[in-house]
Amino acid sequence: MSSIDVARVKADFPILKRVVNGHPLVFLDSAASAQKPIQVLEAMDRLARESYANVHRGVYTIAEEASAKFEASRAAVARFIGAPSTREVIFLRNATEAINLVAYSWARSNLVEGDAIVLTEMEHHANVVPWLMLAEERGIELRWAPITSDFVLDLDGLDELLHNAKLLAVTASSNVLGTINDIPLLVQAAHAAGALVLVDACQSVPHLVTDITAWDADFVAFSAHKMLGPSGIGALWARSELLEAMPPFLGGGEMIRDVTKTGFTTNELPWKFEAGTPAITEAIGWHAAIDYLEDLGMDNVRAHEVSITDYALGALEANFEDRITIYGPRDPAARGSAVSFLLQEIHAHDVSQVLDEYGVCVRAGHHCAKPLMRVLGVPATSRASFYIYNDEDDVDALVSALKNAEKFFAI
Amino acid sequence: MSGLEDLYREIILDHYRAPRNRGELPVPPAVKSEGFNPLCGDEVVLYLDVDDGVVTDLKIAGQGCSISQASTSMMSAAVKGKTIAEVRQLTRAFKALMSIHESKLEGEQDGSDLEDDLKGVRLGDLEALQGVVKFPVRIKCATLAWNTLIQGLDEAT
Ligand SMILES: Cc1ncc(COP(=O)(O)O)c(C=O)c1O
Repeated sequence: MSSIDVARVKADFPILKRVVNGHPLVFLDSAASAQKPIQVLEAMDRLARESYANVHRGVYTIAEEASAKFEASRAAVARFIGAPSTREVIFLRNATEAINLVAYSWARSNLVEGDAIVLTEMEHHANVVPWLMLAEERGIELRWAPITSDFVLDLDGLDELLHNAKLLAVTASSNVLGTINDIPLLVQAAHAAGALVLVDACQSVPHLVTDITAWDADFVAFSAHKMLGPSGIGALWARSELLEAMPPFLGGGEMIRDVTKTGFTTNELPWKFEAGTPAITEAIGWHAAIDYLEDLGMDNVRAHEVSITDYALGALEANFEDRITIYGPRDPAARGSAVSFLLQEIHAHDVSQVLDEYGVCVRAGHHCAKPLMRVLGVPATSRASFYIYNDEDDVDALVSALKNAEKFFAI
Repeated sequence: MSGLEDLYREIILDHYRAPRNRGELPVPPAVKSEGFNPLCGDEVVLYLDVDDGVVTDLKIAGQGCSISQASTSMMSAAVKGKTIAEVRQLTRAFKALMSIHESKLEGEQDGSDLEDDLKGVRLGDLEALQGVVKFPVRIKCATLAWNTLIQGLDEAT
């Protein structure tokens, strides 16, 4: 029983008809990047065939069509995350670029030596390295909120960590553990301490109903490619007061109002932060992805993921008992669908190599979260992650392939 | 399953399950060298005793995927008791075996240098690792032990 008709959904994804090594493709790596439905592919194709032109520049018909579609995509993104205004949605390359924009534009004009930023031990490198670079350059102190043995944030020392801090940079959901963080609670604590909050929403916007207003955060970063859209486009949402006050990030066309030999004035929001020709076709694909998810209903998407994750956790435990270690919360209602695990002593790369032989795609490695891997005390894990096109058969295929890996590497 | 069995030959799995020469040697006189492969998180630690131009003893430590650990074990068995000149030649031959695919892809070498490197060198069991070449991302796992070995030899001599 599922809130989503997975068979119908699967039929919309051409790649899922592929056969790999003689087996039908079982794609369990959506946390890294999701597959694209035909609706997204066709929307991008249609633009290229019918209305492609650079945006905001031409006065001819197709340029106006392309510009209107591009801005309609921004409106769809804003609506999807509950943003009050399209002026606050900046189209960028991906979440990584969005976080870097905050680090360069906001942090470098607001933070001075000795200021502190609070991160958590479960951050992706995208929300770690820009701050390490800043720390090195400016003498900024980085403080790390620890995780508990239950794989959730340890909130006991939070107020102390936030004391006099200028920013809390935190993921809404861990791409390794699956843990979903309580963003409203964290934002409240941070704001009480006078710190702003940047939310890395890469793993939450694709899977959960997002209401940015309820979060009350200051910056939110996410990517299209993890939510059925194309790679090459993502967004930063930020409060307009902050964006107005921030200096531009990259300079060039589109982001200016006027340019003389001696200076320039910046364009209004959101274009102030969109230098150069943007990802036009990709924006149109992203819009189609959002339409697809909205047609399913994000409540149904979430309900389906809770149910498939529940089934997967149960199947892994039932079949591998104490031979498997799962790194993440056990309660499917308290987590996303990324399930990281180690099977006996078998290295994650060996496991995923055997799984590939059966057409099963899982991630192996440090998942761009090396500080977290060090905390967990493992060099790598395997990670299966589930999305709208995965069903219990996919979990069964995973379990059966894992049994083969176990046989293969039995000590 | 042919692809997998090519990668994980029985002799490789044997070295993975029962690695040879595990342990440590006192430093000094031994030289310690460490290698790291960021992709798999493979880690190889070697302890080398070199006496009079001969690798008289070596021990291995570290952790990682089966290919890296088996390759390290096989390397240790292959080089123990050999002269440094022999070890360097064996290393070249092994790396040539591993680079056939890569250099073909990158069009770096025309293959004749590789044949020179391989000529007259008996790789023995090490040839079982040839299947790795079909899995390009795993080549670094197989060569890690040998790169770490050369690092140690450069330090010891
Ligand atoms: C939690 C999290 N943050 C950030 C990123 C980076 O996303 P992107 O590579 O699209 O910038 C990812 C994706 O791997 C992620 O899972």
